[in-house]
Amino acid sequence: MSAMTTTVLAEDLVKTYGDVTALAGLSLAVPEGSVLGVLGPNGAGKTTTVRVLTTLLRPDSGRAEVAGIDVLAEPREVRRRIGVSGQYAAVDEYLTGRENLEMVGRLYHLGGDSARTRAAELLEQFDLVDAADRPAKTYSGGMRRRLDLAGALVARPPVLFLDEPTTGLDPRSRGDMWDVIRSLVADGATLLLTTQYLEEADQLADNIIVVDHGRVIAEGTADDLKTMVGGERLEVVVTDPAELGRARELLATVATGEITVDAHTRHLTVPCAVGTAPLVEAIRLLDGAGIEVSDIGLRRPTLDDAFLSLTGRETAAEQPTEGEQEVVR
Amino acid sequence: MNTFFPDAVVIARRNLIKIKRIPELLVFTTFQPIMFILLFGFVFGAAIDIPGSSYREFLIAGIFAQTVVFGSTITGTALAEDMQKGIIDRFRTLPMSESAVLAGRTFSDLLNNVLVLIVMALTGLAIGWRVRTSLGEALLGFALLLVFAYSLSWVMAYVGLRVRSPEIVANASFIVIFPLTFIANTFVQSEQLPTPLRIFAEWNPVSSVTQAARELFGNIPPGAPEPTTWALQNPIIYTLMWAVAAVAVFAPLALRRYRGAVSR
Repeated sequence: MSAMTTTVLAEDLVKTYGDVTALAGLSLAVPEGSVLGVLGPNGAGKTTTVRVLTTLLRPDSGRAEVAGIDVLAEPREVRRRIGVSGQYAAVDEYLTGRENLEMVGRLYHLGGDSARTRAAELLEQFDLVDAADRPAKTYSGGMRRRLDLAGALVARPPVLFLDEPTTGLDPRSRGDMWDVIRSLVADGATLLLTTQYLEEADQLADNIIVVDHGRVIAEGTADDLKTMVGGERLEVVVTDPAELGRARELLATVATGEITVDAHTRHLTVPCAVGTAPLVEAIRLLDGAGIEVSDIGLRRPTLDDAFLSLTGRETAAEQPTEGEQEVVR
Repeated sequence: MNTFFPDAVVIARRNLIKIKRIPELLVFTTFQPIMFILLFGFVFGAAIDIPGSSYREFLIAGIFAQTVVFGSTITGTALAEDMQKGIIDRFRTLPMSESAVLAGRTFSDLLNNVLVLIVMALTGLAIGWRVRTSLGEALLGFALLLVFAYSLSWVMAYVGLRVRSPEIVANASFIVIFPLTFIANTFVQSEQLPTPLRIFAEWNPVSSVTQAARELFGNIPPGAPEPTTWALQNPIIYTLMWAVAAVAVFAPLALRRYRGAVSR
């Protein structure tokens, strides 16, 4: 790791708006050619971080570097090397897709001919050829996002910032967007991506940081994070509520943490290891004991789980009795 | 590398494409001044009498001034809209000249005002307005109107980047511009106004630009009282002073605002 060059670096970023603290000492590092997923709920400070790193916003204190250049001291040099695609697709809706991309090319000073050629290439790559000469106003949400992302790639920048590139997209468009992002990474771009979806970070990122209240509360690979949050769990619903106690004893052998029981819904939640082995083992155990099951399945961790776990742990430490009650209930 | 001029041209072109895409915009921008000329010319023109001259002829320079002043608000609403839609964010992450976005904007709005003036002049000519001086002086009159409107564009640029939505720009500027263009010599001779309003009107730059245009078009009614204030005795210089001051103060303010502008 130490031999790798750090392409994006933030150190102790602080930004406040009146009483509101948007960034409370946030630090991050993205090694060259890798993808960092910045995961967090709305208002966590993801967009503010991107705005600082992309020269849009000056932090109150802290340091930021992109491609070895000080963001605060030489913003224009940084702008030559970055591509930015935002949460609110910033395309000019009165211009056609082609005009949008040509305009961006000219503002990167590619020259008229190169700007035109590059726009045509990108329209092809992003499957916008048919709509190229229609005003962007007529585009669907997915098409606008693709056009916005294409705009970020006009000058083939080595560093890319994508702020919630798939928020609000339908599953198919989201899948298409993921494919596009994967191909960018395959071409060697360094990428910082913010998202509200753990799955998205899981699919695309080499490393993930979890951000809340303007600071990093967890970091690691997707697997590290899942182990940390212990979100992988087995959900079991028994048919006879009288069997809940026995089922709980049996399943303790596959559990990696406290089993929670909801008597009302006859529901057991069993934290378990990654993979399908715990599921197979649980079915074998329950079947062997003659306990009838109306539903059983593996549930992958969601961002909600991660957050509950990461932030809930803090709450539990402050109020241990309440945490106990949760588990016993 | 200074990329100010090429970048400003790209931005101005982008702004003008919008006019091409929404032809209604052009229809309304030109329809409104035509309507003003006809309404004021025929409604007020029938009621207000200026001895030895035609009110309609007196009126034209005032309508020109009022219309280009209103036209400058486009700068503010367009920038507020660009900010709201994240387009300013996009520009600010590009390695382009920062002042080019504002320069391109004010320039395309200037072109818009040129077009509006041409339409109004033709309408005016059709209903009997005449230039009674030389072509050169008339062109100077139009140029002065444009310079004045251009300087107001920079004021509006600052306003547009300050507020959160284009609607606020439109409403706020309406409140200021309406009295500014009415408490003036645009539609009546300011000598007839009650004293406080008269003093305001005599030093109002909208009056001076109107007075200058009227003189340059040769539309001052014969026997009209000589202006008593320095502003109206030297309307060209006074107007230019205001224009230079507005740009000198508001262009740097607007640019500073732009450098720190982020949507939401």
